[in-house]
Amino acid sequence: MHSYQHSVSLDVEKCKGCTHCLRRCPTEAIRIRDGHAVINPDRCIDCGECIRLCPHNAKKATSDTLDSINRYKYKIALPPPTLYGQFDNLDDIDCMLQGLLDYGFDDVFEVARAAELVTEYTRRYLKQEGIVRPVISSACPVVVRLITLRFPTLVKNLIPILPPIEIAGMLARRKAKAEHPELRDEDIGTVFISPCPAKVSYVKNALCGEKSNVDCVVSVSDMYFELLDTMKNATSPLPVSRTGMIGVNWATSGGESSSLLNDRYLAADGIENVIKVLDEIETGSYPCLDFIELNACPGGCVGGVLAMENPYIARVRLQNIRRYLPVSQNRPPKSDDGKIIPEQYGIGEPPAVNPVSQFSSDRKTAMRLMAEVARVFESLPEIDCGYCGAPTCRAFAEDVVKGQASCDECVVRMREKMRKEYGDNK
Amino acid sequence: MDNHRLSYRFDVDGDNFTSAGEASVKVKKILRDIGFDPETIRRVSIAMYEGEINMVIHAGGGVADVIVEEDRIVIILTDQGPGIADIDLAMQEGFSTAPDNIRSLGFGAGMGLPNMKRYTDEMIIDSELGKGTKITMTVRV
Repeated sequence: MHSYQHSVSLDVEKCKGCTHCLRRCPTEAIRIRDGHAVINPDRCIDCGECIRLCPHNAKKATSDTLDSINRYKYKIALPPPTLYGQFDNLDDIDCMLQGLLDYGFDDVFEVARAAELVTEYTRRYLKQEGIVRPVISSACPVVVRLITLRFPTLVKNLIPILPPIEIAGMLARRKAKAEHPELRDEDIGTVFISPCPAKVSYVKNALCGEKSNVDCVVSVSDMYFELLDTMKNATSPLPVSRTGMIGVNWATSGGESSSLLNDRYLAADGIENVIKVLDEIETGSYPCLDFIELNACPGGCVGGVLAMENPYIARVRLQNIRRYLPVSQNRPPKSDDGKIIPEQYGIGEPPAVNPVSQFSSDRKTAMRLMAEVARVFESLPEIDCGYCGAPTCRAFAEDVVKGQASCDECVVRMREKMRKEYGDNK
Repeated sequence: MDNHRLSYRFDVDGDNFTSAGEASVKVKKILRDIGFDPETIRRVSIAMYEGEINMVIHAGGGVADVIVEEDRIVIILTDQGPGIADIDLAMQEGFSTAPDNIRSLGFGAGMGLPNMKRYTDEMIIDSELGKGTKITMTVRV
């Protein structure tokens, strides 16, 4: 898994080696070494929590630059519904879509349209007997990666359907080819405008299984300023938005699940809440639920670190935008290929489990190491101060046993040692 | 040989209902780090969770000891609660003595003990009225 490409990175110059990110990283992926943070790529889930927390702006989300889209002859923008909520006084989605065309895109395909398809397939999927419940949404890439690393028992609960971004890329590409048969595959560039770094990683690592149908991922914040300009000088809008209320709702927490026509759902947002819910599902706490919607960002996708607007303001704006929209404008035919989820949109195998925290593949060895961890842990102060560079005393004990840290790096232990050696006065 | 047996002790706080289930989450992490298979982890964490909740609801808390060996995991729950008057009755699905305020939270459905038995390979209940209860559950790997 070393080849996994992350989109959360660190600016070593700016990092002061403080412990803000260290303590709050949900997968304990960060250590402070030589005065600055180091992110363990095997554990990082690209949730962006450290970007939110860093007081020195040393954590960055990497996305493609706006220039990079120019290498494609035919550029298609894939705006997510989150983008609609970034602008003040936008009451017509078409104005924004026109802005994208005026900026230089050749076509626009709303991700919300694909989301409405996923909604309908999810409804059908939930009606089946014999599926593993509760079904967990596979739309948030942070959640999917978190499950493969930390909740192996729940991999089979993930709904086997591609996320809306992937389906949107597929449909946009198909539409371009139908309208412009002269275009070659490599001429077409599908450009997702992302509110979060995790979607960047999703595309870069082809987490859909094979090569993603999305070619570039630029950030909502970069696109925002360009759009402000182009929308100011907007010509009368041409494109007709094909999104309904349901598609727009996907931008905020609870939007995906509330459209399922099934009240037995739970929607949680914010990575810490997500982990709590997954822990409880694993212990069998919610036997009466059919569907679980989980969003790593607070408030849902509108809370992504690459978004511009405060998520709560964005939510209010989206409520206004969707007010006079039809419920849904995208419904798939009854059955495309006799399957509940057509093969082209499905995920054949559940994602592979990757237990990064496991001490050894050999149980005997793992148990010996665990006993060692317990022994080291007992000698630690249990105050989780973070001075050693590990987030908790337990994590430090694990690092010591793995040979990644030395017991002497514990400041509290060191002080005790000094006291014993030189007496209290020194 | 000593290395192949790990034991952990958790205090289950009887005064704080919202923290019930925390020991189960910690055990889950330990088992995952050792590399037990997902199904074993699931069985242990459900059995332990139910046991923890029981101790909080009925006995004002207690102690959970977890012994991990290569081929089995043993969970021993010990409390100084009122004891179980009729174990056969308590084992019946749907039978519960939980108070109404606990039921209104969605607990007390009378599935705790039956689930603990279902998810483990062996369960021994030692209970004395007025003294307390000790439940020993074994999950074989």
